[in-house]
Amino acid sequence: MTALTDRGQSARPARGADSRRLTERIFRIRESGILAVLIVFVAVTTIVQHRFLSSTNITFVLTNTTIFALLSLGETMVVITRNVDLSIGSVLGLSAYVSSNLFGHHHGISILVVFAVGLAIGLACGLANGLMVSLGGVPSLVVTLATLYIVRGIDTLIVGGNEVVASTLPSGFIQIARANIGGVPYLAIDIAVLVGLGAYYLRSFRSGRELYAIGSSPDAARLAGIPVATRISTAFVVSGAIAGIAGVLWATEYQTIDSTAGTGYELQVIAAVVVGGVAIFGGSGSVVGAAVGALLLSTITSALYVLGISPFWDQAIAGFLLLVAISLDRAIAVRLLAALRLRSSRAR
Amino acid sequence: MDPVADMPVLSLRHAAKSFGAVRAVVDGTIDLYGGEAHALLGENGAGKSTMVKMLAGVHQPDAGQIEINGQPVTLNNPAAAQAAGIAVIYQEPTLFPDLSVAENIFMGRQPLRAGRRIDRKLLREQSTELFARLGVPLDPDRVCRGLSIADQQLVEIAKALSLDAQVIVMDEPTAALSATEVARLFEVVTTLCGSGAAVLFITHRLEEVFEICQRATVMRDGAHVLTTKVAEVSADDLVRAMVGREMPTRTQAQHGTVSGQTVLSVQRLTREGVFIDISFEVKAGEIVALAGLVGSGRSEVARAIFGIDRYDAGRVLIDGQPLRKVSPAAAMAAGIGYVPEDRRLQGLVMEMSIQQNVGLASLHRLQRRGLISSASERSFATDWAQRLSLKYGRLTDPVSRLSGGNQQKVVLAKWLGRQPKLLIVDEPTRGIDIGTKAEVHRLLVQLASTGVAVLMISSELPEVLAIGDRILVMREGRLTAEFGYQDASEESIMAAATGQFEAQAS
Repeated sequence: MTALTDRGQSARPARGADSRRLTERIFRIRESGILAVLIVFVAVTTIVQHRFLSSTNITFVLTNTTIFALLSLGETMVVITRNVDLSIGSVLGLSAYVSSNLFGHHHGISILVVFAVGLAIGLACGLANGLMVSLGGVPSLVVTLATLYIVRGIDTLIVGGNEVVASTLPSGFIQIARANIGGVPYLAIDIAVLVGLGAYYLRSFRSGRELYAIGSSPDAARLAGIPVATRISTAFVVSGAIAGIAGVLWATEYQTIDSTAGTGYELQVIAAVVVGGVAIFGGSGSVVGAAVGALLLSTITSALYVLGISPFWDQAIAGFLLLVAISLDRAIAVRLLAALRLRSSRAR
Repeated sequence: MDPVADMPVLSLRHAAKSFGAVRAVVDGTIDLYGGEAHALLGENGAGKSTMVKMLAGVHQPDAGQIEINGQPVTLNNPAAAQAAGIAVIYQEPTLFPDLSVAENIFMGRQPLRAGRRIDRKLLREQSTELFARLGVPLDPDRVCRGLSIADQQLVEIAKALSLDAQVIVMDEPTAALSATEVARLFEVVTTLCGSGAAVLFITHRLEEVFEICQRATVMRDGAHVLTTKVAEVSADDLVRAMVGREMPTRTQAQHGTVSGQTVLSVQRLTREGVFIDISFEVKAGEIVALAGLVGSGRSEVARAIFGIDRYDAGRVLIDGQPLRKVSPAAAMAAGIGYVPEDRRLQGLVMEMSIQQNVGLASLHRLQRRGLISSASERSFATDWAQRLSLKYGRLTDPVSRLSGGNQQKVVLAKWLGRQPKLLIVDEPTRGIDIGTKAEVHRLLVQLASTGVAVLMISSELPEVLAIGDRILVMREGRLTAEFGYQDASEESIMAAATGQFEAQAS
């Protein structure tokens, strides 16, 4: 992350510049590697099927990526601290139904209120997760697996056999997902900005850096006086809040909401995060990488559709990419370590 | 004399700390003066580390007090110690491997610019400045992963410097360093002292004390023995103060007659960077004690013999037959039993019952058609519990409910149940009360008298002298001395373990 900062600095010791270049290169590999995969993938698909790069399809892919990328932003903040949030799919489902259902029961309700309700649901779930993990000392894998089922259970209880249908939703609400400028959805731009802000926060603020510190070494974080419990709770609250908002966006996009909305989505998001170069055991990675990971995975889905290949391959390829990402990560780590060791021994 | 130097920056007075029944520190007393490096010496278990942890705010003393610049202070946690100006550099620092050196130094205290954003330029400059003051070329922008232990310590020292620490405690910093790294560390220590900080330096290497320390304090059995100016004493004086214990009485009868048949033969065993050219034999009925300081490679040799760790050269013979490398199963089949150093983590399955733990290494004998018979497991465990006079409630109680000494008996029972030819025991009486200690000793002697070969690793010299028939001493991965039980003394063993042996011999 250091590598991102003012590259123009001139007055620096030579050796420092040297290893800066190295870390910089490694950092770049992480995100540029996946960007390269994305470009190659788009190129190959376009050669086979020109329709793929049509503006309609681009709009389609970007629309599909928005919620996905938004969720990976929240998930990344949690994963960086060496935790995981498995409950986001269920939180999204609950928020999607409860918030969009308001339109049918309270005629003329403000869209802002609907979003606030979704946000509140997300905040509550995130806070519950965060407190159980940080104060209860229960592994997040277990806590959020439990809340995954509990929240989905509550959702099923509320929804029953009902569903929200498009006809009950005001056009202004549906328009949120559709509005675009030159084929690029406004929502995609908003989320790109949000991801940018997230990246800036994680890079330039003490509390952001502390999330990395906690994931890198929880013991050292405690010794350094970092408020570990507060930081971890906050990461879960942010992830929950984002899942709540994503639920409302889900409703604008799909317009038909039953009790299964978002089922299993958490695993896709975690896949995107890992493919995007975020270390699953915390301490490194960026929200930009995770967002590009999400873009790559939804591009693949769309490409397979355009090429007329069975959607079975979609999941197989996502799994394969996950393995590639992890092995690449491992290979880079090993080589980086060797390079750094060599460097420090040479310095002596 | 500078008048400021008359007043200690930090003084610990009559501090005491117990962990359950174990009295780790009885009388911890030390005065640290600004601008001086002060050595803290003592055998393993003398209470040095506990004293460090009291200063670090990790443990709170049960009695006694800590004063900083004459003011009594309470250090409830590491943050309080840090705020009081005490920085502790551990042998293996805890850093954030994924973050840069500069961030590691300033985590939570990064310099800020407008909008509470981190000022990365200033962060880098301040780190560079710290390393310039320490006189070491370390790049503040590189990630900590891959830094050598020596460099990691420097990062910690830079952090101490950035906190304006008055007292810098170094807990065996040189144990894992090469000679050049030690030299560089010493320059840094001199720099720190020059800037007026007090350095508490813990080491096992006496030559280091004479090289950089002005004062030395010796601890023995948790109590303060001696504080002196280094210039006024010799290495022998310090060794004598560290050991200075009554010799335990030994009876001739305790040393069984050695049958003469070699059970274990280790030939030129080498593992790069860990131990070099280790050759020795253990005969049936003989107890060979492997002495030396912690980290001298004793346990690693034992682990290599038992097949847990690999080795690069040399071989291990049991009854003249070469033993397969890196195979604990082969070692067990050849008749070796291994009681590890850390019984809670490596010797026992803490959640399982006493009888299950006892039977664990003998499952082949307790099974019938592939199923473990609970009845035979119980009778097997009952038999061994009686033989070792184990004190327990029920055999089905989890082994975690037993006292340390009785847990160790369970580990011993587990291996004795296999009727081994060779039993390797690593620190068999660590953390065990005195009564049970004697029982374990009696047990090992008894075992040897039935013809079992015993290889015992121990840091406790009285124990080594009490039951060892032969005593081998390791220092920094090499065998440096061998004594018969008649010729050994605590002083001679300690001298060989700390490297004073060569000096004395010449």
